[in-house]
Amino acid sequence: MAKLMNEEEMKSSLWRLSHQIIERNKKMENIIIVGIHRRGVPLARRISRMVNEITGKGLPTGSVDITLYRDDLTRIAYHPVVRDTDIPFPIDDKKVILVDDVLYTGRTVRAAIDILLDFGRPLKVELVVLVDRGHRELPIHADYVGKNIPTSLKEMVEVKVKEIDGRDEVLIIRRE
Amino acid sequence: MDFKRKDLLGIEDLSKEELLYILDTTKSFREVLERPIKKVPTLRGRTVVNLFFEPSTRTRMSFELAEKRLNADVLNFSVSNSSVSKGETLLDTVKNILAMKVDCFVVRHSVPGTPHFLARSLPVSIINAGDGAHEHPTQALLDIYTMREKKGDVGNLKVTIIGDITHSRVARSNIWGLSKLKAEVRVCGPPTLIPPEIDRMRVKVYYSIEEAIEGVDIIMMLRIQKERQERGFLPSLSEYIELFSLTEERLKLAKEDVLVMHPGPVNRGIEMPARIADGKRSVILDQVTNGVAVRMAILYLLLSKKSEG
Repeated sequence: MAKLMNEEEMKSSLWRLSHQIIERNKKMENIIIVGIHRRGVPLARRISRMVNEITGKGLPTGSVDITLYRDDLTRIAYHPVVRDTDIPFPIDDKKVILVDDVLYTGRTVRAAIDILLDFGRPLKVELVVLVDRGHRELPIHADYVGKNIPTSLKEMVEVKVKEIDGRDEVLIIRRE
Repeated sequence: MDFKRKDLLGIEDLSKEELLYILDTTKSFREVLERPIKKVPTLRGRTVVNLFFEPSTRTRMSFELAEKRLNADVLNFSVSNSSVSKGETLLDTVKNILAMKVDCFVVRHSVPGTPHFLARSLPVSIINAGDGAHEHPTQALLDIYTMREKKGDVGNLKVTIIGDITHSRVARSNIWGLSKLKAEVRVCGPPTLIPPEIDRMRVKVYYSIEEAIEGVDIIMMLRIQKERQERGFLPSLSEYIELFSLTEERLKLAKEDVLVMHPGPVNRGIEMPARIADGKRSVILDQVTNGVAVRMAILYLLLSKKSEG
């Protein structure tokens, strides 16, 4: 097990991502942020707060739970807990910025995009991830990446966040 | 919590944890019903058969909608136009449908224990949609979900169930569920319609509607089946109305923010006047909406995982 990011590094990474989002969206209008459960949700809230601190503009922030859209429900032997999907604003013709902790196969992001399309027709969907660990199984890429970490398939990347785990850090763990 | 059941047969054999898990899961499905596109791909490729040996509009439609909202394929079976009328046995009927490769049966039957019998005999999921006077678990789940949604913790509530307790599967399932969640449960009706074995359930029995309503949070009125009168359980319908109908006067005895529930269909003017059924204390239509979400949650919990073997 090795630590890839500590609390400070995570924080500065999120600040950098927030600045990049602002840079690419000069007016910061018509933008909403949506976190993917579980750890994308607190990260989305933090980015939203940071963007607000920098620009003074609050972005509507929501969450999606991909469980009901998983492509492997018939292949896993347990029930994933269904969490809240909360998008309490219209997303038609808005730019939606999806936030997740780790980008891996891309299947989660595929499911999240499908959910968004059931809520309306966004103008554009972009993706922010704290860590991109490679090994995509679908043609999906992130628009904003906190850190690229080349990994082997035997490794797991774990993002811990204060809101859920009581601490901020990114770990890489070797599966036995 | 890991929900491992193959079937949902009743509330009696659910643990408190399972009950709460189903209710929590329902919340997520309730949200799906508010979306512009009220459909999720979760049960793609699964087939559910609605096997109704008793007439039903609301429950059957609610199940069918729940199945469709989850993207399952749906087969509807009703006894009137089936080979049951040619003398085929229940098990033969079901095994023949099963041979067409289906994943779940939603069963309503007038004989108590029918879903349990099928659950023991078949490898696929069985959901009890009402078996005689025994249980109607999804109705109790939607009732309790509605109480939680409006009032929070059910453990703090006083709930009174009024009407024909003896013949009511809705009452039985609700009593099991509410007492597991530590609500105070009262039942009230004419002595002929209160089952003698009621003492074995955790309820208080009242024969006066005024006493039964005093200070409660929830009033659940049960449908009076008029045919019961012919069998001698009720001296007369007008006497029943006089003694056990929910009136505006009687409603005032409950807490100010009391909720009035009814599993439907309401006999207006018998269980309660139209003014109460349509009034601001009534949550009868919320119950119907929540019914779809509860059934989606049950179907998800029973069918979404990898099938055994």
